[in-house]
Amino acid sequence: MAQWHMLTLVGTDRPGIVAEVTAALYQAGNNLGEASMIRLGGSFTIMLMIQGGSPGSLQTALAPIAASMNLNIHVDPVAGGLHQHQAPNVQVRVFGADRAGIVAQVTGALAATGFNILELTSDVAGSAGKPVYILHIEGLTTHPVETLQAAIDGLGLRNLRVDVSPIETLIG
Amino acid sequence: MARLNILTLPDERLQQESLPVEHFDDKLQVFIADLEETRQAGPAAVGIAAPQVGRLQRLVIVDVSSRPNTPNHGFLVLINPEITHWEGFELGREGCLSVPDYTGNVIRAERIQLHAQDPWGQSLRFEMQGYEARAVQHEVDHLDGLLFVDRVVSRRTDLFRRKVYRKGKPG
Repeated sequence: MAQWHMLTLVGTDRPGIVAEVTAALYQAGNNLGEASMIRLGGSFTIMLMIQGGSPGSLQTALAPIAASMNLNIHVDPVAGGLHQHQAPNVQVRVFGADRAGIVAQVTGALAATGFNILELTSDVAGSAGKPVYILHIEGLTTHPVETLQAAIDGLGLRNLRVDVSPIETLIG
Repeated sequence: MARLNILTLPDERLQQESLPVEHFDDKLQVFIADLEETRQAGPAAVGIAAPQVGRLQRLVIVDVSSRPNTPNHGFLVLINPEITHWEGFELGREGCLSVPDYTGNVIRAERIQLHAQDPWGQSLRFEMQGYEARAVQHEVDHLDGLLFVDRVVSRRTDLFRRKVYRKGKPG
């Protein structure tokens, strides 16, 4: 099996980034795996599993597009592969007036219980004058949700709504 | 009794519409027993539909009674099931015996009414809610050639419930 690589890409958002990047990789003979691609604050970001080639050859294949679209590209070999999904069993939703330290405090309390974050998305909603921070975490725990809720409540965070709830995956 | 082979994506039979059951005979009873054995053999499935084992007939099994604190009607064999009423909407995570190594969030009605037939052709009527209603909607979808991956919603928008529950094939 050919080696997997992780491509990290950031550039000012514009139409065509995904099409151009994936076309170049396809033409270079590479196969794609799991990916996360999202616009964050006006930048477009890509984390993409690529099979085949080497960090050098992938950089070379992408160099013309990186130059023409002004993209920052980084490639590393990775040990992982496909079919290693873990289904989350808990979600944590946090929102409230934005201030520094929310993520560090909430995730610190979770980490102390052994909670493993599988996915985290956050947004700043509201307006520049009245920003609202919204955090959504999905992960794996061996504890009941009450234990996690108590761990976060124990931080005494003011003006922050925190909801810990189970995710049960229905298999049918 | 026999354990049956479960079809997995991209098997095209999973995307075909199943036909009504017309003969409530001994062969059907044997098939139901085999289908249940197949469900029990897999990874903790609360339901299974006949097309998942390549039998394109309108028959599903649902049993959510092992889940704590869940209103349910016990072990159900639903033949020619038809959901007649949908109410409310709820986001929940689903997986499928026919879609290994993938789970996703799907919007389902919170409460449903359905009618169906039992293994001997007798008429059944149910009102269901929550997890059991979700399981039935997941299984009935199989009979229409739909998989939960046809209905998965973006994880990014989980916080914002959508109000549309769409029946039938998307698009």
